[in-house]
Formats: sequence, structure tokens, C-alpha cells
Amino acid sequence: MKLVTLQRAVARAVMQPLTVSERMRRTAPGGESMSAYAARYIKPNDRLTSLERLEIYNRQYWFRVLGSMAEDFPGLRAILGQRRFEEMCRAYLAECPSRSFTLRNLGASLEVWLRQNPKWIRDKQTLAVDMVRLECAEIEAFDGKAEPALRPEDLNGSSARDLRLRVQPYVQVLELHYPVDDLALEIREDNNPADFASNALTESRKNTRVRAVATLEPKQIFLVVHRMDFSVYFRRIEREEFALLSALRSGKAIARAIALAFRRSSVPEFDRAGYVRLRFQTWATLGWFCRPEEIDAR
Amino acid sequence: MAANRFNAFTDYGIGIGLRAPHYQHILSRKPVVDWFEIISENFMIDGGRPLHILDQILDQYKVVQHGVSMYFGSAEKPDREHLRRLKELVKRTKTPWLSDHLCWGSVDGRYTHDLLPMPYTFEAARLTAQKVRQVRDFLEIPIAVENVSSYAEFHVSEMTEWEFLNEVVEQADCGILLDVNNIYVSSQNHNFDPFNYVNSVPAQRVAQIHIAGHSKFKKYILDTHDHPVLDPVWKLYERAIQRAGHTATLLEWDDSIPSFQEVHREALKANRFLSETTLAVAV
Repeated sequence: MKLVTLQRAVARAVMQPLTVSERMRRTAPGGESMSAYAARYIKPNDRLTSLERLEIYNRQYWFRVLGSMAEDFPGLRAILGQRRFEEMCRAYLAECPSRSFTLRNLGASLEVWLRQNPKWIRDKQTLAVDMVRLECAEIEAFDGKAEPALRPEDLNGSSARDLRLRVQPYVQVLELHYPVDDLALEIREDNNPADFASNALTESRKNTRVRAVATLEPKQIFLVVHRMDFSVYFRRIEREEFALLSALRSGKAIARAIALAFRRSSVPEFDRAGYVRLRFQTWATLGWFCRPEEIDAR
Repeated sequence: MAANRFNAFTDYGIGIGLRAPHYQHILSRKPVVDWFEIISENFMIDGGRPLHILDQILDQYKVVQHGVSMYFGSAEKPDREHLRRLKELVKRTKTPWLSDHLCWGSVDGRYTHDLLPMPYTFEAARLTAQKVRQVRDFLEIPIAVENVSSYAEFHVSEMTEWEFLNEVVEQADCGILLDVNNIYVSSQNHNFDPFNYVNSVPAQRVAQIHIAGHSKFKKYILDTHDHPVLDPVWKLYERAIQRAGHTATLLEWDDSIPSFQEVHREALKANRFLSETTLAVAV
């Protein structure tokens, strides 16, 4: 038997979802009995059947990938509840298994998949997708690339009209329909190990979290997920700031980005120059801008 | 003998795995440690805290890279993006050698993120050796392959695990990261004498040794890295050191991780075997 044939057969069994009681299914991918399937490839020993030996890998696989999803998406888990979250993850991973050498990218297709499979998030579709977007943004903000930051001298001699400011790759700009940043912070607090000092306290926090999810009202927010001193932060921004940062990120020149930012804006025209100056000052201080491409090219 | 071309003729002592719960202790207390082993994949990223921590560690300690997803034994070609990122990290750490497992874990671009056992066939040995050579040629540093612990054996196998290991390392002309805990775990799961394994390995190719703890279940032993090293594993370690000499040794402790001091104390127990070997050589 060729190596690749054996590996395909074993991988199919190892990656096949477990039963509800977290055991290996008794039916193999092609419909035959799993015992016969396992026995075809794997030797039994004096203590374990072929199926039991294969099951060790099957269970390890699912425990590992489900653990990774739970670690990356604690907010989504809080919204869906542990049981529904795990069911959803099993369905997602069965359709979108890892295609990367690192588990970091395991949830990379989750947002798209959830939009295509809304039954998993039923009555909480918008909230759940918002939370997934936030949690994916957190991953990017945590270890995304940082280019050399913009310095004042980098702008000397540049034409403001044509200048394109690049936003740092790790800075994530989001428009959301729910204030999921508040919920995420609450859940993070909830997961603080100090909370487990007393059972009573744990129960009380759990209830608070469930209430927080249930009572969360829709509210449009604009958010930047970024990092400073290697820690991830959320920063609420205004609609104009969101439009400005999004335009810069998409490669628009500053003049054009500003024009787009104030389309249908309630900021009085008289105040706009000061508004823009203050934002650029703050964002540059936070290190959100990379050196302009013109400067790099010199 | 222990400083050899498979570990770039280095003479590293006893190291421990660099793990997140110990970062603060290491950076603030700066304990004396011969070297740290990092999991390459944890640092094959573009930026942020992990690389910041790593740079601080590199300022003060020797670091060796150990991978978990190269899958030398997978039938598919090495992933180009993986190799590119790995090479970037190699440049950053200046690791004298690099290790990964003699196993497979991906097929048709799908990853199991597990260290799956090889079928011990001549075809698998040839393909695996070819891949080790490709990776070494791309990275331009010595490679050591690590024997994994396993819970299953394949009908198609044509040789023992240690014969397979020898076949691969001879064909690839690479080093061995000899994990004596993995040998012990597999010996219990597959009913073989672990000393046969240790005695059969080409000692001149051993670049590094791993020690670790494991967990016993009713019908099998699982390689959990969440305990101190058990006596039978120390005995295998002693034998490995007698054969390979004073070899770079690394304690793996990946789950239920205790304090830095406890992990380091456990690793340093290896000294009693290393000292005996040094004395024996001196006599």
C-alpha cells in the first residue's frame, strides 16, 4: 500500500467527528463498520483492539482542535453556550479542517462559514458574527505584523494631496452592530483564575455573564482593536474616524480619505480641520501609521 | 562524541522547554539555565508579544528550535509558507540545529495537528529521508529527527521502529533527537524491550536527548508531559548517555506546568548520569 493511500485512510478516520459521548463512531467514512476499517490498517495488541488504538488518535484530534477553538473564541462560546458552541465547532471543523501548519489560523474561515450556515447561530446571528469578527481581530492585533512607525521627519517634503498613509497591519478597524467589546471584556474578567477562589463567587459570575448576553441590546459601534506595549486594547471610535481609517487602509490618499470621512457627517465644516488634526496626532502617537510608501521607495 | 556534526559541534548541557507560565520568572530573575528549547511554531508569526519575549530570551540565553508540524513523514511536499517562516525564525534565533518529529500529521493539505506514527516501510523511509534533506538544504542547518510515542502500529510495517529510524537517518544523513520517554511509552504500548531500541540507535548521530513524564492508563500509556520523569525513563536515559556521551538534554513539561524552579530542578537530575559518564570517560 502506498504511503499516501494509508495516510488518507487514517486521516479520514482520525478527523471523523466523535459521538456525543466523545467516542469513536462505529461507522467508518465509507459506511462500513469502523472496527473492520481500523482492523484493515492497524494491528491490535493484547490489550487494545485496532479500533480502540485508532480511537486514541480520533479523540486526541478532536480534543485538541475543540480546545483551540474554545481558547480563541471565548466570547462566541458565551453567546452560544458551551454545548451549542461545541456542536457548531464540530460542524465547522468537519467542513473546514485546518489547512495551516499552525492552530492560530483554525478559526480563519469561521465568519464566512457562519454566514453560510446561520442555523448554528439561529436567533443570535448578528451578535455571534460580530463577536467572531472581534475575536479574529484580537488574534491579528496580538501577533500581526508591525511595520516601522511613522516619524515626523518622514513627512518632510511630501505632498499632502497625494500622500498615502499606511495603517499598521496589526491595527484592526471594525464596524459592529452590538457592543461586543463590553461583553468580551466581561467574559475575560469572568475567566480570571481569581474568580475560582470560591464556588459561590463563580456561580454568581456565571449568572452575570449569561444575563449580560441575554440583555445585550443592538447598538452600532466603531472599534479599533490594536496593541500597545504588546497588549491588545479596544478603542471605540466615531463614524468619521472609522471612515477615515478604512479609507487610509484601502490605500486612498489623505485628501480623498478626509473627504470620504466627512460625507454625510454632522461635524460642522468649521471644526473639521481641528478634528482631523487631533485624530492624526493621537493615532500617530499610538503608532498606528507606518512610514508612507513614497518614503520607503526613496 | 556528544558534540557532533548533527548539533553543530556544540556542547550544550541541560535545558528546559521555554513555556509561557515561566516568562516572567525568567525575564525578571534571570536564572542560570544552560539553554532553552522553543517550539518553533509558537514564534513563526509576524510580530507582537511572543517575538518580543523571544528577543529578550535570545539576548541572554542559548536557544534551540524544536518543531511540531513539519511532518517529515507526510507523503506531501513541505509547505513553502511553513519553510519560509521557519527560515526567518532560524535567522532570528541562530539555533545551531533544528529538530522535528519522525511522524506524519497532514495529508492533501489538511492538518491533524497530531504526531501520527509512521508505517515502517521502505517507501516511507525513502520519502521521509528525501523530505528531511529538502528541509535541511533549504534551512542550511543540521536537522535532528525525534522518535515519537505511539499508540498504534500498522500491518504494512516491514521493520521495527528503531530499524525505521536508522533507515531514515542513514538515508537523510541527519541527526537524532532521542526521546527516551517516547521510547519507554511506545515499548509499553507495543510490547518491546526499550533497551533494544536505545542499543540499536547509531550513537554518533544523537544530537540531543529528550526526557519527560507520562501518564499510565489501564490499557496503555500516554505521553502527557505533565509529570516528573519516572524511574524507567531515567534508566533508559542512563543507557543512552553511556552510549552517546555527554549529550544536550532537554526536559519537556507541557501540561500542569509547575514553577520554573521545580521544572529546572527536575531537569538537573540528569546531571547525576552526565557526571558519571564524564567520570567514566576520564577513567
